[in-house]
This record gives sequence, structure tokens and C-alpha cells, in this order.
Amino acid sequence: MNATLAIYRRELKSYFQSVTAYVTMGIFLALSGYFFYSIFRYYNYISYQTARNPYASQPLNLIDGVMRPLLGNISVILLLVLPLLTMKLLAEEKRQGTFELLLTYPLKDIEVVMGKFLASLTLFAVMLGFTLLYPILLAVFSNPEAGPIISGYLGLFLVGCTFISIGIFFSSLTSSQLVAGVATFGVSLFFLIIGWASPFVGPTLSKVLSQFSLLEHYDSFAKGVIDIQDITYYLFISIFFIFLTLKSLESSRWRS
Amino acid sequence: MIQVEHLTKYYGTTRGIEDLNFQVSKGEVLGFLGPNGAGKTTTMKILTCYQPPTSGTAKIFGHDILEDPLEVRKKIGYLPEKNPLYTDMTVREYLNFVGELKSIDVGKLKQRVNYSIERCGLENVQRRTIGKLSKGYQQRVGIAQAIIGDPELLILDEPTIGLDPRQIIDIRELIKDLGKERTVILSSHILPEVSQVCNRIVVINQGRLVAVDTPDNLRSRLKKTSVITIKIHESPESQNAKGIVESIEGVILVNEKESTDDIKVLTVESDPDKDLRYEIAKELINENVPLLEIFSEELSLEDIFLKLVTEEVS
Repeated sequence: MNATLAIYRRELKSYFQSVTAYVTMGIFLALSGYFFYSIFRYYNYISYQTARNPYASQPLNLIDGVMRPLLGNISVILLLVLPLLTMKLLAEEKRQGTFELLLTYPLKDIEVVMGKFLASLTLFAVMLGFTLLYPILLAVFSNPEAGPIISGYLGLFLVGCTFISIGIFFSSLTSSQLVAGVATFGVSLFFLIIGWASPFVGPTLSKVLSQFSLLEHYDSFAKGVIDIQDITYYLFISIFFIFLTLKSLESSRWRS
Repeated sequence: MIQVEHLTKYYGTTRGIEDLNFQVSKGEVLGFLGPNGAGKTTTMKILTCYQPPTSGTAKIFGHDILEDPLEVRKKIGYLPEKNPLYTDMTVREYLNFVGELKSIDVGKLKQRVNYSIERCGLENVQRRTIGKLSKGYQQRVGIAQAIIGDPELLILDEPTIGLDPRQIIDIRELIKDLGKERTVILSSHILPEVSQVCNRIVVINQGRLVAVDTPDNLRSRLKKTSVITIKIHESPESQNAKGIVESIEGVILVNEKESTDDIKVLTVESDPDKDLRYEIAKELINENVPLLEIFSEELSLEDIFLKLVTEEVS
């Protein structure tokens, strides 16, 4: 436990000592800010139009009009940004050779992996935390429902958790950060859109595909529904990839 | 005590090491000697539980490396060949980090870090970033990292490689000093180093054990013939010096080397049990040969090493 904490602290510190944390956070916040701005302006425009149109039947609200599309877009930015945070976790240790030393300390592999995983997760949570500014802004000038915002953020956090666990797995496979990053991006994207094929395949496969889709499960969170099934799905994928990471570390002992 | 039993490691079909057997007793400084690629690093990686062997095993202070790796790792401090360090940390930060990983009590941690810093002479650089230190200091940081957990066994893989002569002497002194209170296994391909620092030497070549012995025993074991060198001033009398020496009883072979500056050099191989220096000198002087020097040569460890390694191969 102490060792996990030590690795966690070192990893977090190294994020902030290098420019990695600042660059990724900066880009993430700039993009999400831009999304918020444009989505909000569009919402503004639509509501103005609706107000002047007596035949408008759709009631407008801030959740469906602003928060849902905003969080949806943020999940796509995460797809681009999180691989940058996770790619170095183990790949860099392998490249520098510190990995060898780490494995000769009296540590369990899981302590190493969890320390690194939690460090990335923390940085991601901080990043996501900054975007709470947008719902707060909405709350200042209006009164959006709190429930769907909270569930939406929970969903987004779980999506990020999944991306990070995929990232740490690919980082454990290679000593090249670039390879780890690209593979993480590809596989994460695939998990995000795997459901797209479900309308065109047989009923069984269709069900499987949509069950595996990250987006499918995110939808209910965005609507304000917290379903234990969806939470289980994200946790299952995360734990699965962490398990694979542990196996990959184990096998790297045999191969090297 | 460390027991290595039938340790074998294959990388695919390439042999790393094969059937290594040796023991290290507590408090001993053991040198691992062999040319590059002999299997020194492989053996060390197995002993530190970084890699499992293909077959065979080793027991380190009673703990099996395969069954009890976590216990084994608690007892060892390891300096890998490339001395990997987190270059973005300061010396003190890094040692603290390693201390935490080796689960040293929080109460004792500061004391252990101070001890390692002091022991390895890092007081002046403890707040500096590791990446900016000289190679010698980085090597000390590597050793400090290995001793921080107060390990019973220290495994050092080529601890002096890539250092300048001054640094090499410093590191050797440090290792000798550390060897007074704990067991040390170090590898090297440099003989004088091993013979200076170690009580016992394990010679390996191409993955196989060639010899295990003290430096002195190795030397005497290989002294199959002794060599006497004679230097003579060039003169008419010295023409048949070779013949004179050859006629002495016990002489096996006489070689005449090309001489420079009017000096003729003869090397005489003889029975190692008899010292023929007096006989030879007496005969030569009786014949009026202008004798300048006569001395017997000890085989240097380098010669022994080469002999061992080449004999085993051929």
C-alpha cells in the first residue's frame, strides 16, 4: 500500500514537473471551453427563435440543449487527450531501464500498476473538475437540473477510467511511447464506436456489439439515469485491461 | 548463504547460462568474471528475481527465488549494468522514493536515506537533479539506491563500467568497504578489479562455469610451468648462450626473442617445482656470458583468465 502511494506520488509529481500536465490540461480546457461557448451560443439562438415562434412545440431546457452535447463532445476530446497521459506510464520506464530495477524491488506488480493508474486518474479528475465551471455558470444565470449533470459527469469519469486502463495496458506492451499512444487511441475509439455496426448485423451480434459500446452505456448517464449495469460495464472493462496489464508485466519477465 | 543449483537459462534457443553451480557464504565478496556475453548479467538478473531461470534454482539466505521471490527481493540490493535512474528527480527525492518502495518504516526512512547519502559520499549533490550529475556520481546514486534497504546481499553488475580511473578507484574502495558488513556479488570483465576487491572468483565463459576459487589459488593452479627471462649483453660469448641454457637439467624450452640495443632476451620455460635461476646464472657466468638480468615471471591474472577461458573453449 505504501509502495502504491509512493509510485502514485512520484508519477503525479512527474506529470507536473514536465510540461505534460500543463499542455494536456491546457488543450483540453481550451477545446472544451470553445465547445461550451459555441453550444451555448447555438442554444441561445434557438431559444430566441423559439420564443418568437408561437407554433414551437418542443420545450427547451439547458440539460438537453447544452450539457448533453457538451459532455458528449468532451468525451471525444478525452479520446484524444488521455492517451497522451497514459502512454508514458510504463513505456518510459521500459525505455529508461528503470523498469528492471522496479521489478527487483519487493513489490507486487499490482502495486506498481495501481499507483500509476491512480495517478493518471487523478490528473484526469482534476482536468474534468475544471470543466465544472460551465454548469456552475449555467446555474448562476439559470437553474438547470442538478441530477443529469451529476450523472453525466459520473458517466464521463467512468469513460475516462476505461480509456486510462486501456492506455496503461498498451504502455506495458512496448517501450515506445508513440506506439502506446497510437494503439490506445485506436482501441479506445473502436470501443467508442463499436455499436455503430449493430443495426446491420444479426440480432445476437447486434446485442453484443451494443453492449460493448462505450457510447451506448454513456447515453443513459447523459439522460440522468444511473444504472448499476452501466457502472458495472465500465468497471468491468477497466478491470479487464488492468488485469491484462498485470499479465503483460508477468510475461515480460519471461520474455526479456 | 547463497546456493546456486543447476541454474540454466535459454533465450529461445540461445544459451544464456547452463548448469551453473556455486555457493557464496555470508560475508563473502564474490567476483563474477567472464568476457562480455558470458552470462554474468543473466545470472544476476535471475538472482534478483527479475527473470525466472529455464531450469534449476537458487536459494538466497534460505529463500527460493522461484517460490519466495518477494522475500528474496527484500534481502537484496541490486545495481543493474546500465544503472537506470529517474533523471528528473533529485538525489534525495529518489532515495526517499526507493526507500518507500522497499517499504522501510516511515520513522526510519530519513535515517536510512541519510545513511546511504553519507556512505556513498553524496552529501554535496543530494539536492541536485540526477540527470545533471556526472557519471561517477550517478553510479554512487545507483549504489546508494541498492544499499538503502540495508540488504544482506548486494548484487552489483559491472559497477565501474564507463567511469574514469579516479572514479573507478573511489567506487572500488566503496565496494570493499561495503563488503566488510554484507555479502556482495559483483561482476566484471576486468581482472585486476576482481582480484583486488573479491575473496573468491567465479569464472564463467559462454554460459558455463569455468572455475571457482580464490585469486591466489587460481594463480597457483594454473602455474603449470614457470617462466624465467634472461637478458644478456650482445657479445661474441653470448652467441651460444642458448645452447648453454638448454643443456641445464630441468629446462624444457628456450626461446630467443628479437633483441634491441645490443640486448638479447631469452625466455626459459622450466619445471615449476625447481627454481633454476641460480643454476642458469652460474653456468652463464662460468662461460663469460655478459649476464644483465635474470628473473622469474609470475603468471598475471590476465594470463590465467585468458588461459582458463581459451582452454575451456578449445
